[in-house]
Amino acid sequence: MSKELIRLKDVSMTFDGETVLDNMNIYFNDKEFLTLLGPSGCGKTTTLRIIGGFLVPTSGDVFFDGVRINDVPPYQRQVNTVFQKYALFPHLNVYDNVAFGLRIPKAASDGEDVIDQSSSKKKKQKKVKLSKDEIDQRVREMLEVVSLKGFEKRTVSSLSGGQQQRVAIARALVNRPKVLLLDEPLGALDLRLRKDMQQELKRIQKQMGITFIYVTHDQEEALAMSDTVVVMNNGKIQQIGTPEDIYNEPKNAFVADFIGESNIVDGIMREDYVVEIFGRRFRCVDKGFEKDEPVDVVIRPEDVDIVDLSQGALTGLVTSVTFKGMHYDIIVDFKGFKWLIETTDFCPVGSRIGIKLDPDSFHVMKKSEYSGMYGDYSSYSAEYDEIGDVEYQEEEAPQEEYYEG
Amino acid sequence: MKERPSFGGRALTILTFIFLYAPIVVLIVFSFNSSNSRTVWSGFTFDWYVELFEDSLIMSSLSTTLAVSVISALIATVAGTAAAIGFFNMKKRMRGPLLAVNNIPLINADIITGVSMCLLFVAAFGILGNFTGWLNSVFGLDLPTRFTLGFGTLLIAHITFNIPYVILSVMPKLQQMDKNLMDAALDLGCSPLSAIWKVVIPDIMPGIVNGAIIAFTMSIDDFVISFFTAGSTSQTLAMAIYTMTKKRVSPKINAISTLLFTTVLILLVIVNIRSSRQEKKYNASLKAKKSVAR
Repeated sequence: MSKELIRLKDVSMTFDGETVLDNMNIYFNDKEFLTLLGPSGCGKTTTLRIIGGFLVPTSGDVFFDGVRINDVPPYQRQVNTVFQKYALFPHLNVYDNVAFGLRIPKAASDGEDVIDQSSSKKKKQKKVKLSKDEIDQRVREMLEVVSLKGFEKRTVSSLSGGQQQRVAIARALVNRPKVLLLDEPLGALDLRLRKDMQQELKRIQKQMGITFIYVTHDQEEALAMSDTVVVMNNGKIQQIGTPEDIYNEPKNAFVADFIGESNIVDGIMREDYVVEIFGRRFRCVDKGFEKDEPVDVVIRPEDVDIVDLSQGALTGLVTSVTFKGMHYDIIVDFKGFKWLIETTDFCPVGSRIGIKLDPDSFHVMKKSEYSGMYGDYSSYSAEYDEIGDVEYQEEEAPQEEYYEG
Repeated sequence: MKERPSFGGRALTILTFIFLYAPIVVLIVFSFNSSNSRTVWSGFTFDWYVELFEDSLIMSSLSTTLAVSVISALIATVAGTAAAIGFFNMKKRMRGPLLAVNNIPLINADIITGVSMCLLFVAAFGILGNFTGWLNSVFGLDLPTRFTLGFGTLLIAHITFNIPYVILSVMPKLQQMDKNLMDAALDLGCSPLSAIWKVVIPDIMPGIVNGAIIAFTMSIDDFVISFFTAGSTSQTLAMAIYTMTKKRVSPKINAISTLLFTTVLILLVIVNIRSSRQEKKYNASLKAKKSVAR
């Protein structure tokens, strides 16, 4: 299962003196669903285009199945792409769009020697054309996989966004690539359709048994679909891991903030299993830090228990309450630092509450370049507002106060 | 609601159109006049049109015009489309100046273009003649050493002034094209050339066809540049009309001019209708995409 298929080694990319990818090292396993996640401009699409062959890295190497493919053009790679706005051919109908790749004569072998440059240099390869029947069979098969049977003769422009999306996926997959690259494929769809397509994509990936490399800025989408998530920012990989790892054990303040909701406070690791925040010591499950090392402490909003003032380890003032259906989002002021707490108990604005924190509700991280940049729940990037994910908008609050330790 | 134009405004508009179109209306009306007079209406007739088709000079110049227009439009369309695709894929810093240079012939006075081409051809013929003369003397060949203006130079001139029109009509189509289309074709296994052939060309086809029609129209229409580059052996329709006005003035001129005017008018109307339809279609597709996004 976990055979390595693609590796980027020391890959850097510079456009007009601006570094977009900074010495990136990563490998992609066969048959996995891997997501490159990050805010816009983090280099995720650039990474995808390098794998697709549309960009040649400024420095570093790209390996496919152990062979260096830096200079192999896109049309000779065993990789297919689903583009951001589908890029369907408007002059062709659904059937012809899907059949497009199959109708192009391909190199005879399974592609091994296409990629092997040393042997294929200047040597004319025999091109094989698929028979009409085979093309027909494969196109119809694929249209069935993406649930578009009966749409063969339809023009592309007469389809809905979701249907166009399926055509784009079928058009790529019908070529039986080893890897499918997807560049924010669900970005143009509405929320409901996006959720359906997430399930659909996961199912197709399982059914075809190939590698999906998926680019998105939607953390929820990434967590829901992926085997592995790669969080990127500023052209650097911040963390690689399973969705659970990324959520539960973020490596730095950027990841903690980008994935889910996080209260991030300055703390001091007094000794193994003991962390100090707001001048009070708490038991925690983290260890392996220096004695008295300054750290960033992540406390997820759902891990905070609200208790009576008398029993609270910390006490704070409720400054805002938002009803979210399943729970309330309340904002609590602790010595000038505002926390987001998810609770099912209603606490009116202006009331003082106490909170209790279990040892496993703390996640301690080493200080990083991102320390202090993200602190409270509101620091979602502006990008999120643009997509209009209503769920996040209400949590917007001015980031005015920082806890000065 | 739009305000209705005032009386003065309407009068001015009507006057403008009268000044613009009165000459052509007179020309057309008198092409059906049964007498030779250009002032007195003496009855309706098709005679002048019939005579037109019996006039061998006019018929031969018509065939020259059609040949030059069709061939030059075809060649200019191919060359102009290739140039537009080339420009489009250049960096902006290169593309801007090149497009500006492309536009210069459009605003340049025809007479300058015509005279300069004439001079260029003559100079080139001189050099070519010397060269073939030298070849003849060295290798004992019998190549011609004297060249004259004729159908060949006429054709080259027409191709030259047609190319900018084709580029101008293809360029916007390229700019409207989804930038990922080319990448998608490469991704599916097309070489860059076959990607252009299979995906880019079909997508910009409406622009190419429009460019070809405009080029054809410009060719049929042209007098000045043809006059300087056709030499004494070839004659286009426009040149034939000009020659006729110098000799005996006959209503045949009205008839042939009417035909030329109508042809050009029809072609331009076709181009305009096509462009506005494409515009509507493009806007509709943009709207559709937006509604999907919501």
